[in-house]
Amino acid sequence: MKKYSGFSLFRNALSHNLNWKQAWRKPEPKKHYDVIIVGGGGHGLATAYYLAKVHKIKNIAVVEKGWIGGGNTGRNTTIVRSNYLWTEASLFYEKSLKLWENLSQDLNYNVMFSQRGVFNLGHNLQDMRDIERRVSANRLNGIDAEVVNAAQIKAEIPLIDTSPDTRYPILGASLQRRGGVARHDAIAWGFARAADALGVDIIEQCEVTGIHREKGRVTGIDTTRGKINAPKIGVVVAGNASVLAKMVDLRLPIESHPLQAFVSEPMKPVLDTVVMSGAVHGYVSQSDKGELVIGAGVDSYIGYGQRGSFQTIEHTLEAIVQLFPMFSRVRLLRMWGGIVDVCPDACPIVSKTPVDGLYFNCGWGTGGFKATPGSGWAFAHTIANDHPHELNAPFSLERFTTGALIDEHGAAAVAH
Amino acid sequence: MLLIRCPWCGDRAESEFSCGGEAGISRPLEPNALNNADWSDYLFNRTNTRGAHKELWNHAAGCRRWFEAERDTVSYVIKRTYKLGQAN
Repeated sequence: MKKYSGFSLFRNALSHNLNWKQAWRKPEPKKHYDVIIVGGGGHGLATAYYLAKVHKIKNIAVVEKGWIGGGNTGRNTTIVRSNYLWTEASLFYEKSLKLWENLSQDLNYNVMFSQRGVFNLGHNLQDMRDIERRVSANRLNGIDAEVVNAAQIKAEIPLIDTSPDTRYPILGASLQRRGGVARHDAIAWGFARAADALGVDIIEQCEVTGIHREKGRVTGIDTTRGKINAPKIGVVVAGNASVLAKMVDLRLPIESHPLQAFVSEPMKPVLDTVVMSGAVHGYVSQSDKGELVIGAGVDSYIGYGQRGSFQTIEHTLEAIVQLFPMFSRVRLLRMWGGIVDVCPDACPIVSKTPVDGLYFNCGWGTGGFKATPGSGWAFAHTIANDHPHELNAPFSLERFTTGALIDEHGAAAVAH
Repeated sequence: MLLIRCPWCGDRAESEFSCGGEAGISRPLEPNALNNADWSDYLFNRTNTRGAHKELWNHAAGCRRWFEAERDTVSYVIKRTYKLGQAN
């Protein structure tokens, strides 16, 4: 791997940028691997990277049915934060946030992680009580968090409407200053390039059509590019988790919903932080290109179609215009839907399964982007040791049988 | 927006409805006879079908009655809707 640096930018500029090397190889699938990761999104690529880097496993493949980062990794609103309520969740997301803080250096790839702060607004007394509780819980877990009032919000975000006579007046917010946004494509490309440099085969255009088992153990997968054997298989396929689970007769507590998001036309800088509201239900930030990046909640029905209903768009934009009346004149440029795998307790499953050698990482629902490095790190540990790390042990599949759910619905301040 | 045919009211906009999820899940008659795994399966596990899916809808801003729909979860095309218990 040729190291990226200021010097390499300069040198390649002199040769008219014609000599950049491709960032990862396009290998043919081998017959056998030690570990196969199904799903070439951020989480899958991160898993492969940490398997190779931390656990020194050399013979790894990532199989992806489309192109890497073409699913939810490229279809989200890139918000990163760790201010969850429950200890299990907040420590897991905090591990991820800590990895984010050093990720560009670690991967030698600029993931454009910008810690511009995340405001979670409160619009009524109960919101503010929940915010106080969550901020206190965060601080007890060593996570930065503060409560700010409407005047402080107005001072930091001049365009926001904090007047008391709106339908849902803003009373205050929780603020995590270490939260922020990152570049969605860069996280896939950065992990792919770094994993490839450690010998991971990234095989695109390779859809899994079946999973082989012998005596309760996985032995390999059928793909559109032939059969590939491996004693360990990690499945990280977000919205299609139930489809893969069905191949081994496994039922999951997951439903897949479309989650829509939009970007506006580019504008001059108007918003230098992230604003989320659970009550009016929307979130917005401004990208480095100047586009407003807007999202909200899922469509109510199960959907695999990567698009949703117009009423959901309308609802989202109503919320954004309520918060920022000035944005009513901004035109949208693009919109898209990602298929998110929602768990009943709004927390992920990073877990072994009843099938030996088969591991599932799914159920991230609407909030998986922020967890990309931490999810890969913990899933790699689980696969390498055939045992979860203490950070992801509470996020097992068994919690739905034991009842030890981690209820982050609503507690996490917004529908993620 | 989907156009949904309520079996009582006819074609109406999706915004009048709320989706009740997978159809055909009935509460076990003797919950105490179930082990934890079976109870968990009833409570949490879903087929989450990719393709033809039977699901419950409620005409929440209309007649407020429940009905079933057969909908494709990829194309979102609603093949048919019918009153509860009239699947065939």
